[in-house]
Amino acid sequence: MRFIFKTHYDQDIDLFPHAGAVFWYSLLAIAAVCAPFFLDPFYLGELSFLFIWSLAGLSLMVLTGYTGLISIGHAAFIGVGAYVHAFLTRNGMPFVPSIICGGIVSALAGIIIAIPAIRMRGLYLAIATLAFSAIAEELFVRWETLTGGSRGVAVPMPVLFGNELDGEVGFYYLCLAVLVICILGVLNLLRSPTGRAWIAIRDSEIAAQSMGVYLAGYKTLAFATSAFLAGVAGGLLAHKVGYLTPDIFTPILSIQLLMLVMVGGLGSIRGAIFGAIFLVLLPTLIAILRDYLPNAIGQQPALEPGIFGLVLVLVVLLEPQGLNGAWMKVKFFFSQFPMYKNATFKRQKTYMRTERLQ
Amino acid sequence: MDMFFQLVINGLAVGCIYGLVALGFVLIYKAGEVVNFAQGELMMLGAFVAFTLIVDFNLNYWLGLALAVLAMAAFGWLLDSVVVRRIIGQPQFSTVMLTIGLGVMMRSGVSIVWGPETRSLSTPFDQMVFQVSGVMISPIYLSILITTVVLCAILALFFRFTRIGLAMQAASQNQLAAYCLGIRVKRVLSSVWALSAGVATIAGVLLAPISLIDVNMGAIGLKAFAAAVIGGFGSITGALLGGVLIGLIELFSAVYLPEGFKNVAAYVVLLAVLVVRPQGLFGTVGRKKV
Repeated sequence: MRFIFKTHYDQDIDLFPHAGAVFWYSLLAIAAVCAPFFLDPFYLGELSFLFIWSLAGLSLMVLTGYTGLISIGHAAFIGVGAYVHAFLTRNGMPFVPSIICGGIVSALAGIIIAIPAIRMRGLYLAIATLAFSAIAEELFVRWETLTGGSRGVAVPMPVLFGNELDGEVGFYYLCLAVLVICILGVLNLLRSPTGRAWIAIRDSEIAAQSMGVYLAGYKTLAFATSAFLAGVAGGLLAHKVGYLTPDIFTPILSIQLLMLVMVGGLGSIRGAIFGAIFLVLLPTLIAILRDYLPNAIGQQPALEPGIFGLVLVLVVLLEPQGLNGAWMKVKFFFSQFPMYKNATFKRQKTYMRTERLQ
Repeated sequence: MDMFFQLVINGLAVGCIYGLVALGFVLIYKAGEVVNFAQGELMMLGAFVAFTLIVDFNLNYWLGLALAVLAMAAFGWLLDSVVVRRIIGQPQFSTVMLTIGLGVMMRSGVSIVWGPETRSLSTPFDQMVFQVSGVMISPIYLSILITTVVLCAILALFFRFTRIGLAMQAASQNQLAAYCLGIRVKRVLSSVWALSAGVATIAGVLLAPISLIDVNMGAIGLKAFAAAVIGGFGSITGALLGGVLIGLIELFSAVYLPEGFKNVAAYVVLLAVLVVRPQGLFGTVGRKKV
């Protein structure tokens, strides 16, 4: 753990905490920009998938990791964004305004959900999102002019500044640019009073309220921001899959997103990326694992969700900070090398905290 | 008019199932503040166990049901004492994720062990049909209604008069006080899980004649969840009434409203209730104290 000697108040809101971070993140940025020159198009496609997942994870991270609200229906927001973007693109709108419109419509949906949430605490909010996603799923099937019903609808190629983007390389850069813009936007929000209010709400609603944080407003804002990002991710996803059907936006997607933020590590943007990497890699790992298992188990299609569930349970039980927490521990181990104490990250025994819904 | 009564009976029966699953939610929530998103999956697992005992092992229907309830109760006990107990005191998000993960695992485990086919379970009262002044009452629906009423009466007596029932009530009101009075709170919590899994099994077996036994049976858990919320999470009567309400609304909207409303009716009602009365129909307003 690096202790930063602060000599100025502005250092509290620096985008990068120290020069080392600037160096490593620039290196990462260069690697990401240069990737198309030495990577196979297949891997580029996988990377753009990774970026879309990261963006979706980022949207849920804002809501769950930073504001402490649970959404069990995030797939619906992604779906709204995807369908609106696909509809506008088909009617000839260029990429940038169209994806922003998709995000805004999705954000409006988020606000509509959050309005009842003004009066709700904790879990009821999660339930409202669940109800919303069930309703949205039905809507995707029934509203045929917009969504093409259960037959689905084809999504044209993105048109950027008059040029049609086809091929993996163009789309890779598009996803990368959108992801970087969104991450920077979220980082900026987080170091502003808004972000601090969100974090305060996450840590203790009552304490935040007594410090003068307007709970309903900030919760609604968190929902809107999160839904906007989810809508943007949905727009990119629409291009990536090329053909939208309602069965993409099922509760399974919502659960995968929850798993992404949980496994990645709640309350860190890095966590969203780690979680996305994990989610993209896991099916491949399972495919390798299948060969080593006896046929009776190895060839079952249900093995994959089972392993997803198992990973989720193990993460909750053993490493609640997720991959980001594990990464921090490894870093701490090496920076403190001979002096590392096991007890540093020992979980404190806690007693039951009541959040009873009465 | 006949159709109306038919719908009322069927809606009540389906609602009772929702109510029973919701009851399991509420029991577990009241006892340990764990929201068990795997309740629907417990029901599914219970139905599969009962199916195996009754059809594959050729046991008597009632004996098979009793054994299945016992087996699932043991499973519920283990689930609490081995897994869920470890996260007490963690933020609520962890419990939600843990139970979602457990539910996914159960579903995939059932799919691996039993295979993805659907099964039907025949009951001893399949062949009878009652007719009351022109209204056909299928014995399946009647059996659901009767079983629910009997089960609720037993549960009410259990909570009122048995030592363990009283201990459960005490632990759910105040764990520390209960502990000081010599109640073994951990053991009580595990037995609540066992009870809840047993009730879920009965619900699963009751549901089996209506909607076949398959891996996706657990989806009912979400509607039952809506029922528990409508009734005000934390009230057992509320959960049952919420379930009945949702069952009735669902069947009536299937007949009288445009196509597609059946699937979302429960959720629309849920959102409406949350907007108008966030604490649920039977809940009381509580302020969290610091």
